[in-house]
Amino acid sequence: MTGDVDDMSLEGAIAPPMANGEILFEAPWQSRVFGMARCLCEQGQYSWDEFRARLIEVVGAADAAAAPGDEYHYFDHFLEALTAVLEDKQLCNATEVNLKTTELSARPHGHDH
Amino acid sequence: MTKPSAQALRAEALESLLTEKGLLSSAQVDEVIATYSEKVGPMNGARLVARAWLEPAFRQQLLADATSIVNDYGFEGGQCEKLVVVENTPEVHNVVVCTLCSCYPWAVLGLPPKWYKEPAYRSRIVREPRQVLNEMGLELTDDVQIRVWDSSAEIRYMVLPMRPADTEVLSQAELETLVTRDSMIGVAQPVGVKG
Repeated sequence: MTGDVDDMSLEGAIAPPMANGEILFEAPWQSRVFGMARCLCEQGQYSWDEFRARLIEVVGAADAAAAPGDEYHYFDHFLEALTAVLEDKQLCNATEVNLKTTELSARPHGHDH
Repeated sequence: MTKPSAQALRAEALESLLTEKGLLSSAQVDEVIATYSEKVGPMNGARLVARAWLEPAFRQQLLADATSIVNDYGFEGGQCEKLVVVENTPEVHNVVVCTLCSCYPWAVLGLPPKWYKEPAYRSRIVREPRQVLNEMGLELTDDVQIRVWDSSAEIRYMVLPMRPADTEVLSQAELETLVTRDSMIGVAQPVGVKG
């Protein structure tokens, strides 16, 4: 397992939020997205390098577009990069994700998930 | 239940789609998260502990300069500034906390457990360690002194628990299975040690 972990380093501009050396998940969905990205990679749907390349692009574009003082939301970018790599691999496209998101948001209030 | 954020919904939508397509299951994602947060990390620490139990020279080295050892092993996350390993003995029991936030020896223990970050543990373990350990299922007799180590950005701590009795015949790999994450935080004993 150590090899797998070594292989998935994300450093420099695309490093996840760390507090004193620890990766920080601020909400459960963030760890789900992280888990999905790793899971599909382990299944061989894409290489971690392919994912990383997408993440670098997304973070780079967000940095370029950010105004001073804007908050940085790493896992938003992580999710976008995952969606992009899934689209590259024709596993899932953004339109489907948008539709499903709309469908889920229409659930009755109080839905417990 | 508060309204999920837009991103939480989008993440849920993605997981739901991928599941429908048969590309993954929620159980697999759970497994990856668990592997990452509970198994991979603590395994690194367990390797160090088991080796220290077997090799007195390594134990000395680990207690003297754990940072170099972690760097030598090349553990992911080894960029943490300084790691100090504190040794449990029949007289002294060590327990680790970060009272300010959640500093944690990520390289050796993986992701911190949820309770480690919670204010209840962070504040109470300093004030009433015996009571808190008791509540977590670790009963120490009154003659055992408890030392609480407060982690910081500069120094992280890991506990070297006591080797369970009657384990002389076990191999390093077998010993590693006795070393739990919690025993290296100091809130539990390794498997086989009477609390």
